[in-house]
Amino acid sequence: MRFNLILLIFLAALGLSSTSIYAETYAFVGAKIIPIDGPEIQNGALVIEDGEIRGVGARDSVRIPRDAQIIELSADQVIMPGIVDTHSHIGEVSGGDRSDPIQPEARGYDSINIRSSGFKRALAGGITSVNIMPGSGHLISGQTVYLKLRDGNGIDELVLRNDDGSVAGGLKMANGTNSLRAAPFPGTRAKSAALVRAQLIKAQEYAEKMDSSDEDERPARDLAMEALGEVLSGERMVHFHSHRHDDLLTAIRLRDEFGFRMVLHHTSEAWRVADEIAAAEVPVSLILIDSPGGKLEALYLEAKSAPVLEQAGAKVAFHTDDAITDSRYFLRMAAMGVRAGMTREGALLGLTQAAADMLDIGERTGSLTRGKDADFVILSGDPFSVYTRVQQTWVEGQKRFDLEDPDDRLVAEGGFNALTDDDGAGHVHHFQDHAELHTKQGAAR
Amino acid sequence: MRLIMKTITQAAVYSLTIAFLMAFAPAHAQDLAVQAERLYTGTGEMIENGVVLIEDGKITQVGPAASIQFESGLEVIEVPVATPGLIDARSVVGFSGAMNQPHDQDQLERSAAIQPELRAIDAYNPRERLVEWLREHGVTTIHTGHGPGEIISGQTLIAKTWGNTVEQAVIDPAFGLSATLGPAATQHDRTSPGNRSKVVAMLRIQLQKAKEYKAKLDDDDEPARDLGLEALVEVLNGDMPLIVEVHRHQDIMTALRLAEEFEFNLILAGASEAYLLIDELLAAQVPVILHPTMMRTWGGGDLQHFSFTTAAKLVEAGIPVALQSGFESYVPKTRVVLFEAAMTLAYGLEFDQALNLITMAPAKMLGIDDRVGSLEVGKDADIALFNGDPFEYTTNVIGTIIDGQHVSKVKR
Repeated sequence: MRFNLILLIFLAALGLSSTSIYAETYAFVGAKIIPIDGPEIQNGALVIEDGEIRGVGARDSVRIPRDAQIIELSADQVIMPGIVDTHSHIGEVSGGDRSDPIQPEARGYDSINIRSSGFKRALAGGITSVNIMPGSGHLISGQTVYLKLRDGNGIDELVLRNDDGSVAGGLKMANGTNSLRAAPFPGTRAKSAALVRAQLIKAQEYAEKMDSSDEDERPARDLAMEALGEVLSGERMVHFHSHRHDDLLTAIRLRDEFGFRMVLHHTSEAWRVADEIAAAEVPVSLILIDSPGGKLEALYLEAKSAPVLEQAGAKVAFHTDDAITDSRYFLRMAAMGVRAGMTREGALLGLTQAAADMLDIGERTGSLTRGKDADFVILSGDPFSVYTRVQQTWVEGQKRFDLEDPDDRLVAEGGFNALTDDDGAGHVHHFQDHAELHTKQGAAR
Repeated sequence: MRLIMKTITQAAVYSLTIAFLMAFAPAHAQDLAVQAERLYTGTGEMIENGVVLIEDGKITQVGPAASIQFESGLEVIEVPVATPGLIDARSVVGFSGAMNQPHDQDQLERSAAIQPELRAIDAYNPRERLVEWLREHGVTTIHTGHGPGEIISGQTLIAKTWGNTVEQAVIDPAFGLSATLGPAATQHDRTSPGNRSKVVAMLRIQLQKAKEYKAKLDDDDEPARDLGLEALVEVLNGDMPLIVEVHRHQDIMTALRLAEEFEFNLILAGASEAYLLIDELLAAQVPVILHPTMMRTWGGGDLQHFSFTTAAKLVEAGIPVALQSGFESYVPKTRVVLFEAAMTLAYGLEFDQALNLITMAPAKMLGIDDRVGSLEVGKDADIALFNGDPFEYTTNVIGTIIDGQHVSKVKR
């Protein structure tokens, strides 16, 4: 009895600490492979073992281990790296509340419901890695979380970690209209920048004092200042929500002034300042939606931002902003970039390696490269065709979505009780905030 | 008596509108021809290297290039693919503007739950950015107007996506009445209606009043004029359909029950759980203007059972289905039916069926199939031009022709 208990605990510990206990060796052969780090391969082979990629190449050039389970695919099918979503709100994530426009101490990590339908929808869309962010109704709404869509029982089993063991993630910032509200929120764009600037100066001073050799000089621990300190030191990436051309340049100005690392997000009017963005070497994560408008700063949204940024030499990725667009058809967004004139290669990169790099996880995912995590997707056809379906999604060597599985298919196609909750609720509130603001502005006029 | 007077007045307005259209819109159209490597006529036929000949804004010949004679010097637009101009079966474009500010939101009046007297032509903005956006995507006809969100939110109209004034754009100034059942009709600042039953009770009471009003009119009783009841009498007379936005299965059944009780023409809109009621819908012979395939569920729990496969299931069962762009409260401010139809291809529909959802099916449902919906002789020359498979993500719309005029040349 007691022995069994110990064994159980031992097995449980193993299960928690590593997925390798379940891992097996697989060889996927016969499909077209889009490795991202090299040219597309017809009749390819992908070998994975212990959750890692062991070999990628033409079928006759890759050594397939004797114990590997061979999975025969057709020449029409495509294997590509697991998709990386640089900006999503799945899992009912929250950040700061309405008490203050600047709340860097609020952690998305403490709010995410990993059993929400959003996680299943993301897997159905071929997504394997996600940056889950709090909303944009604040100048600084909180800390974001980078995670893999692994099979886990709690958020800790899904998050990615930095070398020091801390949870990997960035800081969500925003400018433009979303954070313009009644006090203590700012009422104008200039005030927005002034509030952020003042807070970053405070963080600089805090960091200086914390570095003091004299222990008495060091201030009491301040969680907000700590998070901003990580931003100032470059450890924590800023994910900056911004739409209008002038707001994009304001974000770049703040970055230059304080020296943080930054990805610009959404960027409706990036096509107007693409050269400036490229010259500043700021990576951009785009959302392409089916029409302009819905709010003033998205009035001039154009899908041509994708090709124009690409041609200017900027690094471009995409994001779902789920539930603004549904994770289940994220591939479509990159295809719409191609429709607007982006290269196929650039659009594929924007779903994979470029996106992974923006989350500082490009060393372990984003391409089908030997030694990287076995994160990949099997498609029924070309990634950018409307006729194509996501058939399987694998995360670190585990099959996490299978269109042949009735439950998974229900999530992929929708139907009665397919989505057991209304994930994306965060955005409902987000919109209600706007509606309220519009009403107030209307009344004021 | 008064009703007859009103009908005469309305008929006069209609003929004036038509006269206006004839005088100012298509008369200026140059004759031209469209030649497409693949010409989809919208009748299920695809003509390789097909030609559509256009005279005075109307289609005068359609067929393989070899079979069609036209004068030398005629402008010929050569494209890889052409289809009939697309039809958006239900939209709020022209009412719900791109800015999403109070001054450009006219799709929903929140002051009362039942306002059938609100006319769509008094609010339609034909120069709205999103009308242009749809036009640039090959959409040539829209059924638009008051949106869902109140028990009866007002009237709808049918317009071409071209024209500087309402009079130039509109082809039916008062097509139907927009109604909503279920929780979506309760989401406002008022205390009532506060739940499903109350919504239906209020609607039933109003329809009963309209019935009595109609009886008085029929008996030459000359009741005091009531514009709201007059509009409802048109519904009871079968002159206007009641377009009911409804999603949950029990609410769909309620709509069917009401239509039977008051004998009006019902069109279901949204209808995300329609796949649960195939037999009932077939028996009731009710057409469905299905929600956008990519509808978002964040309007509330009512929508969460929607499926990408519903269009295929309804089409397969033989239920008349068209697609709508619907209503969007936030970015993007409108959907585009071209994209919504495309999305059905991976979920069970064939090419011709998907095209039908945004051409002939809505034309029939809206009673305008004598003018639009297919490329056939005698119909309006409304054509969408593409540089490849119209439904592929990476294909562009490269032009739009309305009433024989090349009204959009942008690549989208």
